[in-house]
Amino acid sequence: MILSPQTLAVARRELGAYFATPVAYVFIVIFLFLAGVFTFYVGAFFERGQADLLPFFQFHPWLYLFLIPAISMRLWSEERKTGTVELLMTLPLTLGDAVLGKFLAAWAFTGIALALTFPIWITVNYLGDPDNTIILVSYLGSFLMAGGFLAIGACISATTKNQVIAFVVSLVVCFLFVLAGYPVVLDFFSGWAPPALVQAIGSLSFLTHYSALTKGVVDLRDVLYFAALIGFWLYANTVVIELKKAE
Amino acid sequence: MQHAIEVRGLDKRFGQVHAVKNVSFTLSYGEVLGFLGPNGAGKSTTMKMICGFLEPTAGHVTVAGHAIDEDPIAARRAIGYLPEGAPAYGEMTPRAFFEFIGRVRGLERRYLESRIREVVARIHLESVIDRPIETLSKGFKRRVGLAQAILHDPRILILDEPTDGLDPNQKHEVRSLIREMAAEKAIIISTHILEEVDAICSNTLIIADGRLCFRGTPAELQSRSRQHNAVLLRLPEMDAIRVRGELARLPGVAAIDDLGRAGASHRLRVCAQEGRPIIAPIAERVRALGIEPEEIAVDYGRLDEVFRNITLGSLTDNRRALT
Repeated sequence: MILSPQTLAVARRELGAYFATPVAYVFIVIFLFLAGVFTFYVGAFFERGQADLLPFFQFHPWLYLFLIPAISMRLWSEERKTGTVELLMTLPLTLGDAVLGKFLAAWAFTGIALALTFPIWITVNYLGDPDNTIILVSYLGSFLMAGGFLAIGACISATTKNQVIAFVVSLVVCFLFVLAGYPVVLDFFSGWAPPALVQAIGSLSFLTHYSALTKGVVDLRDVLYFAALIGFWLYANTVVIELKKAE
Repeated sequence: MQHAIEVRGLDKRFGQVHAVKNVSFTLSYGEVLGFLGPNGAGKSTTMKMICGFLEPTAGHVTVAGHAIDEDPIAARRAIGYLPEGAPAYGEMTPRAFFEFIGRVRGLERRYLESRIREVVARIHLESVIDRPIETLSKGFKRRVGLAQAILHDPRILILDEPTDGLDPNQKHEVRSLIREMAAEKAIIISTHILEEVDAICSNTLIIADGRLCFRGTPAELQSRSRQHNAVLLRLPEMDAIRVRGELARLPGVAAIDDLGRAGASHRLRVCAQEGRPIIAPIAERVRALGIEPEEIAVDYGRLDEVFRNITLGSLTDNRRALT
């Protein structure tokens, strides 16, 4: 896929915007700190006595649930609040360029945060002899899942000028997606919806698709699931902007 | 010659609100069009539609030969736009902001650098070029927005209140910039400062309540004033009443306003019928009475009065729009 120069210009500006304020640094520090806490205390990394990073990766959905809406909340709501969306959308670029550029910037940012967890990979390799393929696949899976969270958050950010609302609503929607395969969510539907729909909703679960990847199993369906999810929410993002820009 | 901007039957509704009603006009290169109207009259909405930010409910906009709904990218390339309130990314410095705009506009790197230098020098932004935009004063923010709009040297400029928030010197600076650029560009500026229209616009449009209710040159606008070609007289107090009685009988005089005393003298304004020049017969008559006026001058009319008449008139009697 070749990105247009406009998409790249938007992505570059957006990524710069994260680092222009302390937000980026606060986020990265907290992400690394929490990832460490979960891995070593909750996940009992040492006590398990196994040379793998499962205790590290299994908590990523929960970390992302709270941290990714904090990254995505400003993407569009800030543009709408300050009126820069009018400036952006009267420049010679398509709506798709703008949506993709912003999403890629946020995704690259999470990629940077994720890459900075590398000491844990060094640690496990120092202590034992882990299967590095599984670790690599897990990293990719985690990155893909982060993209899914971000696409949802970006779309919801376009619906409001208020970043707090964007954060809270994104968190709730992401929560539904994470747990879609579990009774918490399915019980809402199983009473009245046809079984096929309940099953369909269950198959949307982040956890199901992600846990397969953390076991080192690259199933094309899991990859396609996240790709389709990202595509769907980015498309929804363009529709929302088109509808809401007059306000 | 092809029109720079062609607007036909433009209409915009926001739910129940009918913001712009059947507005049509054309603009050629070399023209500066002043867009006038009370706040909320539909000026900004019309500009947003011309730039392709909002979709019209009905009507067509063609910019530099490109229909805005068919080829929005080509149309936007031809336009430099300063949106209402001069929005900009607050955390960026003007330099980074201009580089971003230039990249999205596809300007070649060296050309972009030289353009940034030129524009920054022309608009005097050197002192703030590396400071975050959010820390700048209102006047600087407005000028950053203006610089952004002219960065790619567009043939069409659409500026929504370009001088709002500037001090008198900065206003003068921006106006002379617009005048300099006027020769080869087509420019629309919206404003509610009437002197600005007189100072830089070759044509004016007045919009009130979403309707186009006047189109003409600033001079034509002025000639609609009741006071157009009126004669201002300052006379010794004792002669004022006699002169007033004499002049009232003069043909071509519509009315005489008493402007009151000013020190030992008295001021009168003699309004002309249908704005025809009457200074010569008045001067003659006053002198025939053996009175030497302390001051005699022609009043060309007050734009704000005309503006009030046109815009309030269209609100009350809802007369048909001029198109």
